[in-house]
Amino acid sequence: MDPTKIMQATEAAAASAATGSLISLFTVFLLAIFVGYYVVWNVTSALHSPLMSVTNAISSVIIVGALIAAGPTDVNFSKIMGFLAVVLASVNIFGGFIVSQRMLQMFRKKG
Amino acid sequence: MAAICFILALRGLSSPETARRGNVTGMIGMAIAIGTTLASPYVLSYTWIIAGILIGGTIGTVTAVKIQMTALPQLVAAFHSLVGLAAVFVATATLFAPDAYGIGAVGSILTASLVELSIGTFIGAITFTGSIVAFAKLQGLVSGAPLVFPGQHLLNAVLGISAIALITWFSATESYQAYWLIVALALVLGFLIILPIGGADMPVVVSMLNSYSGWAACGIGFTLGNTLLIITGALVGSSGAILSYIMCKGMNRSFFNVILGGFGAEEGVAATTQGDKTVRQGSAEDASFIMQNAGKVIIVPGYGMAVAQAQHALREMTDVLKAAGVKISYAIHPVAGRMPGHMNVLLAEANVPYDEVFELEEINHEFSTADVVYVIGANDVTNPAAKTDPNSPIYGMPILDVEKAQTVLFVKRGMASGYAGVDNELFFRDNTMMLFGDAKKMTEEILQSLN
Repeated sequence: MDPTKIMQATEAAAASAATGSLISLFTVFLLAIFVGYYVVWNVTSALHSPLMSVTNAISSVIIVGALIAAGPTDVNFSKIMGFLAVVLASVNIFGGFIVSQRMLQMFRKKG
Repeated sequence: MAAICFILALRGLSSPETARRGNVTGMIGMAIAIGTTLASPYVLSYTWIIAGILIGGTIGTVTAVKIQMTALPQLVAAFHSLVGLAAVFVATATLFAPDAYGIGAVGSILTASLVELSIGTFIGAITFTGSIVAFAKLQGLVSGAPLVFPGQHLLNAVLGISAIALITWFSATESYQAYWLIVALALVLGFLIILPIGGADMPVVVSMLNSYSGWAACGIGFTLGNTLLIITGALVGSSGAILSYIMCKGMNRSFFNVILGGFGAEEGVAATTQGDKTVRQGSAEDASFIMQNAGKVIIVPGYGMAVAQAQHALREMTDVLKAAGVKISYAIHPVAGRMPGHMNVLLAEANVPYDEVFELEEINHEFSTADVVYVIGANDVTNPAAKTDPNSPIYGMPILDVEKAQTVLFVKRGMASGYAGVDNELFFRDNTMMLFGDAKKMTEEILQSLN
């Protein structure tokens, strides 16, 4: 199968999943696993460490959930939880991307 | 949009040339994701958020800039634990303020959301403590030796089953009590799962936790009905799973075998006593003489090189050899080091061009044509017993065929057997010369006598 086709299918499913039904969400989930599968097998093993730190950084996308929790104007338990999650996720986003960049900077060709 | 950026970021990693651009694409994706969320009507107050991002961002940046490349595995493990904890926090916030996410009100959250929420929390909490243990082991705070006690598997199984029961209870009643029990149980389970896993299995553990952190994000994504979270979580999850698979294959062990742990402890007894055999010991001068007169040298780095920080000395040594007309290449075993691709990063840090670095399959047939193999800090991955001795615990593991080379130079601190507790018969071969000493010191001494 062609990964770009799966990617398009995932996009389409994601668009329709905006309605939020569990089945369409699940479709997105499965398709995304396929995309991940194809994309990751293409990563050369020399770059597996950067791959880990990049995936680690992007898994902090969980920050969007934290932002919503920290969003309301009134301070309550949920807001504090959200705030803590924002802090943790930001450590990861900045740390993860910067470390990846540092690693990738070092991979140079001969000469 | 952001999801496409993330996919492209991972695609970029298929080659070192495009990788940097890929990483930048990832950053853009993250910026888009945060930007659109901030603009959404749910977010009304920005002070806390900006403060949070500033605090976290500063910590992250400082750590990432300062960290030594040899300490990478620890860093990645620590970062994983943060994702896990963040997932737990988000899930908790959702539980106490479900209306903000449009999944019902307190006391009447949709059952499906509760299921997803509790699973996300469960995985997140396991990731958190599991990564902390992995971090402690990699950092040397806890012994890398596998910790096993009787009834361990039974205990884990019981905990696992009670977790399922608790998730069912929670989903049916939305009881906060059940929720906290799930969190507590998962935290304990995280400790118990990773503790029995030995230091050299860390590549598998780190990638497995990477995968978990993705699934946790995924679970939260389902609760929030957020496709971006689901896609990203699934990407990360499958990426981590594939890496774990590759690592396990590199050791010829099943995933469950690694996870159930206790490898080094139980089977180490299989190590035979070969004390009556003699080894040929050499000095740095001998080694430099041999390498100077070689036409082709293959270097096999392992975890020992990382510990001794010998990569720079190694690069300098090879520079001198290259200037003398020796052909140099590096051979990297998939599980060398403590995380996938660990050796590649270290060599890259020492400015070794990546087109001199080869993987197991690419270079294995070349050992027979090599004059000298310089094994630095690796052991089990070169042990011919993996091919010849069916009783060996590492039997069947793909190894680097270093014994086919004319001369094998083995840098090692002592005669101790490797992680698997197996003697390496290579030490006793006629064409092997042992160089006892710290990997970095020995390499520097060779460098000196080369000059």
